Order: sequence, then structure tokens, then C-alpha cells
Amino acid sequence: MFLRMRMIMWKEFVQIGRDPRLLAVVVVIPMLMLLLYGYAINLDVRNLRLAVYDQDRGPASRALIDVFVGSNYFYITHYLRSHHEVNGELDGNRTQLVLIIPPDYSRDLAGGRTARVQVLVNGSDSTTAGTGIGYVAAILQQQSAKVSLQALARDGVSVTRVVLPVDNRIRYWYNPELRSTNFLVPGLVAMILMMLAALLTSVTVVRERERGTIEQLIVSPVRPIELMLGKLIPYVVIAFCDVLLILLVGVYVFQVPFRGSPWLVLGISGIFVTAALGIGLLVSTVAPNQQLALLAAMLTTQLPSVLLSGFMFPISSMPAFLQWFTLIIPARHFIRILRGVIMKGNGPADIWPPALGLLIFALVMLGLSAARFKKKL
Amino acid sequence: MNIRRIIRLLKKELLQIVRDRRMIGLLLFSPVLQLFLFGYAVTTDINHISTAVYDEDRTAASRELIERFTSSGYFIPKYYLSSPREIDELLDGGRVQMVLHIPRGFAGNMARGRGAEMQTVLDGSDSMSARVIAGYATAVIQGYSGRIMLEQLDRLRGTVSRVPSIEGRLRVWYNPELRSARFMVPAVLSMILLTVTIMLTSMSIVREKELGTLEQLVVTPLTPAELMLGKTLPGLLIGMLDMTFVLLVAVFWFRVEIAGSIPLLFLLSILFLLTTLGLGIFISTISKTQHEATLTSFFFILPFIILSGFMFPIENMPRIIQYVTYAIPMRYFLEIIRGIFLRGVGLNYLWPQTLTLAAFGIGILTLSAARFSKRLG
Repeated sequence: MFLRMRMIMWKEFVQIGRDPRLLAVVVVIPMLMLLLYGYAINLDVRNLRLAVYDQDRGPASRALIDVFVGSNYFYITHYLRSHHEVNGELDGNRTQLVLIIPPDYSRDLAGGRTARVQVLVNGSDSTTAGTGIGYVAAILQQQSAKVSLQALARDGVSVTRVVLPVDNRIRYWYNPELRSTNFLVPGLVAMILMMLAALLTSVTVVRERERGTIEQLIVSPVRPIELMLGKLIPYVVIAFCDVLLILLVGVYVFQVPFRGSPWLVLGISGIFVTAALGIGLLVSTVAPNQQLALLAAMLTTQLPSVLLSGFMFPISSMPAFLQWFTLIIPARHFIRILRGVIMKGNGPADIWPPALGLLIFALVMLGLSAARFKKKL
Repeated sequence: MNIRRIIRLLKKELLQIVRDRRMIGLLLFSPVLQLFLFGYAVTTDINHISTAVYDEDRTAASRELIERFTSSGYFIPKYYLSSPREIDELLDGGRVQMVLHIPRGFAGNMARGRGAEMQTVLDGSDSMSARVIAGYATAVIQGYSGRIMLEQLDRLRGTVSRVPSIEGRLRVWYNPELRSARFMVPAVLSMILLTVTIMLTSMSIVREKELGTLEQLVVTPLTPAELMLGKTLPGLLIGMLDMTFVLLVAVFWFRVEIAGSIPLLFLLSILFLLTTLGLGIFISTISKTQHEATLTSFFFILPFIILSGFMFPIENMPRIIQYVTYAIPMRYFLEIIRGIFLRGVGLNYLWPQTLTLAAFGIGILTLSAARFSKRLG
């Protein structure tokens, strides 16, 4: 049995070796993804574009603008002069927020009244807008408190009696600076493996069928499970090398702190790689041609793994039916394990249930593809 | 150029697609599936935050603060703790995202007019959620703080004349409820157009190469230009069909309204397809097998999507990467369709992007066409 399996494996390795583009993909795509996700994507919203329409032009309005600039969250793109310009600024997407200070702003404050400013938010990017609203509300509240206290101090009231009553300290565990790379790199391992599964294994069987070489395999004494394992193992080896590569780059180039046991990560990655590539293999035994195999593989592996795994979008915010559905996505469990081990230093005791789930998933995929292939015989 | 010959080739191409039920199913079903996944799974809004409460103070004040968290609708208190050790367990196991810690003396400090300290501990391993949750928590605490402060000020009002304050009125334009679906639909649309047209075009040419039927086409009276038209028009048609599908689902299921002109949307989408179809032809000239073509497509699709600002705002990227994004045609297309979709603007605002996109499209298509004709000749 092992001899026959080895022959299939050897054949696959030779085929992979003959395909320089495939090898390039295996090295370049993971690096490209690491670079794009690790370097280009920054989830920290800063440098929001703010346009100011200051109708007051008094010392108080300038003080307010200074607070916005000094917060480091905003930079001012334009000083506007008319309501007409406000529309153009937003319609042309040149700014994300417009701060409108009314003409009687300074007078209202000096007279001890409530001054009303208006902030228009460009909602076309809902994520950035949501964050921006939070910043604006916080800044306005602080400035309001400051103005009130200053007035009280002028009136001779002891300011110490009206300090902000609650002093909240926020602490972020496991990732004190909230670096997005620390959060993204473990998830990327899963993403890249899923992509390789879609790109590599999904065509292995269907290609033989399209080229007619499948009949030669059928008449040979090789058994379905031997064929499946023989086809899977070379890719598992390659994908596993990719895991190592990504983790090394993640730790040494992107400086992701690694708290848990590397051996645990590698062991679980082995299981996940088999599960991920197993899906590709199953698709390959079902699909009638390569084109369809690739499309189907993308839909079944890539898309759910990006969206439903918690890679970026929190599962707890999804509708309930979708939350249940995420349970059958292997990447979801793998990412939870990776983040747990890498960032929190989780040990086997914390992670065995999802790990066991992954193992079962891998075996089922392998069994299904072998069974599916037998029928075709 | 002979219209009849092109139509005949076009018929053959469409017949090939239509005959394959699964293919046509996948081509129409996959965009809708993607829209559903993006529409439901991608929420920038975070809710159902599992929270643990460690209230050492156990006073009316601490209970009021906790009540404010619960009634905000974002936080779900799951555990009430009695020792600090439990905090570690819950966060390590990933069972809660936030721990609210109110130390003894909270109410006492506040009554004495001192800043009452408290702590929120967040699981930073999901840095994206942690940041948003911190914002919510700060807002809740500030709301509480503000109320206490107002009470204090009110007590002083007897002695002081008037206390000025600032009130901000925030208005969100274009997407007042900040629904992510409105932001995501244009992104999904552009992604689908990109992937479907590049893959379909490159694979349909390369498949003829792989099966050896391309030579038969070459010896027919078809000129290279006619051949290219016959090969790209199906991509264009399917792209438009997919777009219509997605728009229908977006409008009737997700209730996303299109603020601008729909004919303009289609017209400028065709402009974008010049680029993607050109890329499809280019990929077919450098690939020998369908598998190679897919792998190569990936090199284009991946940076196109990530660097287009499709989900991750370009302003947040490092400066060098921001310059790179100018070379990504999809960036301009996204600006255009978001402009039409959300802000309802027309060419008077979008002409710079339209011109750039047209330049890219014509340039890429001409270069690829030239290369394709040379290869055939």
C-alpha cells in the first residue's frame, strides 16, 4: 500500500516541480498577502479629513478648532466660506467631516449660554464614519467641560469640586498597543492555507479526468484512499512549509509576539492543512472540469473563510443563523486556536475541543473524497 | 471586422456556457451568495459584547453604572465575578471580550468629589473589536459621568450666574443609519465584476489552447480582432447580468437604495470592464494551461481588491502604499460607484475618475490586444 501511495506522491511532486508558476505561487502569494495585510491595511482610523466652516472667527471658535487638530485624529483639508462649498466638499468626497461653527458661537459662550456646533459626517464609508463620530463626540464633550470649568473658575468657584467624577482606565490585554498585525497574522495563516487549498488541490483529480489520464489511474492497482492520500500529501508538505514561512516572517519581520508553544501551533496547523486541502480534493472529485472546480473551490473555501471565520469580522455581531453556520467553517476554529496559542499563550487544555473538531473534519473530507472517487470507478 | 463572424463565435461561446448547467448556475448564483455573505457577515457595528462584571463596590452608584452598560444594548453581562483570578480565566478562554471592574470605594470617592477610579479590561487579541468596544465603554461612562457632573453643576448654579457649554449636533449624510450593507454593496459589485470577467476571459481562451481547438479557430477566416471580441463579449454580458442580479437583490432584499443614476452606473461599469477584459486577454497570452491562468489571475485580483479601498480606507495606508494605489484601476471605479450609489453624484463630480479609468481601460486593452494578435500570427 505504501509503495503505491509513494508512487502517486512521487508523480505529483514531479508534476509540481515541472510547473514553475505553481512553485512561484506557493512562495509569492503568501508573501504578497502578508505584505498587503500586514503592511497596507491599518485598522486604526486616524488622519480623518476635516473641513471647517468657521462662521464665528472668534477666539473661542479657534480654540475649538485647535483641539480638533491637536487630537491627532483629524487634519484640516479646507476652510470653507459658504454653505454651497460644504455641499461640494461632501459630494465630491473630498472630506469625511465638516465642522460648522455658527456665527454666534463665541458670544453664546461668553454669555454663559449653550453654543451649538454642527458636524456633518460623510456616511459613504460607514466604518470610518462610525469611528469619526465617536472621536467628535468625545472631543466636543471634553471641550464643553473645559469651557464650563473655566467659566466657573472665573466666577470663583473651586474647580476641584467638579472634576469629571469617573476616572476609567482602559487596559488591553494580550495586545496592549492594539497592533493590527498581531491580530491579522494568525488569521492570515488560515487565509493563505485556504487559498492554496482552492488553487492547488481543487484541480488535481479533475485535471486527470480532463486530460484522460484518469483511466490509466483507474486500471492501475492503486486504491482510492491511496490515490487520495498520494495526491494530498505533497500539497500538505508544501502548505506546511508555507505555514512555517508565514510564522517566521510574522514573528521576525512583523514582530508578532509569540507566547505559546510553537510545537502546538505546528501540530494543529498540520491537522488544519489536511482539512483545508481535503475540501479542495473533495471539490476536485465532484467537479466536471477545471474551470468549475476552481470557481466552486473559491466559493466553498475562500469566501467563507474570509468572511465567516472571525478573521476580521466579529462572529458575535452576525445574525444568529449565520453564527451557527460558522461552526462548520474549519478556519473559524483554527483562527481561534492560533490566536489563543500565539497571543494568549493557551495550552492544550484550552484548545482541545476545536482541535478535535478540526481532526474529525479532516478525516471526513478525506473519507468523502475517497468514497466519491470509488463511485466514479 | 465582420459582424456576422463575431456573432457566430459569440453564439458558440454562449452555447458552451449555457450547455453547462452547473457553470451557468455558478456564474449567477455565486454573486448573489457573495452579496448575502457580505451583507450579513460584514458588520462594522459590534454588539452582543459578552461582558464580565467584577463589582467590588456593590453600591447604588456602581449598580447604576452597570445598569447603564446593560441598557445601552451593546453589552451582555454574562458573568458576575467575585475574585480577580476569574478575570484571567475568562479572558484566556476567550469567553468574554470585556471585564468591567469597579473597585471598592467607587461610590465613596465620587461622593467626596474625587475622581472615582475604575477599570475596563479588554481582550486585545481581536484588536479591531477591542477598539470599537473601548469606544462604546467610554461613551457609556462619559454619559454617566456627565450626568453626575451636571448634578454637581446644578447645585452650584444657585451661586453662579450661568455656565456655558457646547452642544454638538451630528448629522450623517448619505447613509444616516450607517448601514454597512450600503457601503458593502458597491464593493461586492466591483469585486464580482473584477473576478468574473478576468477569470472567464482568460480561461475561455486558454481552454481552447489546452484542448488544441485554438488552432482550428486560427485557421478560420476570423481575424485576431474578431476572435478577441468574440471571446470578451461573453464576459461583458455575464458581467452585466451579474451586476443586474446583484442590484436587484441589493434593492429588493437589502433595501439599499441607489441614490444616483442607474444608466450611468452601467455605463461606467462597462468602462471598468475594458480594464478587466484587457487583463483577461493579457493573462491568456502568458498562460499555457487553465490552471496557470487562474494562478496568474490571482496576482492581479488580490492587490486589486485590497488596495482599492474596497473595505480598508486608503487614507489609513502607509504613504508609499497610497502612491501604489493610484496604479490600481479598481480604486477609481470604486470611487465612481460609491459616488453614484451613496452620494448620488454624476459626472460633474466624477469626471476625473472617469477619465483615468478610461485611460487605463483603453491602454490595457490595446496593449493586450496587440500582444494577443502577435502571438496568433
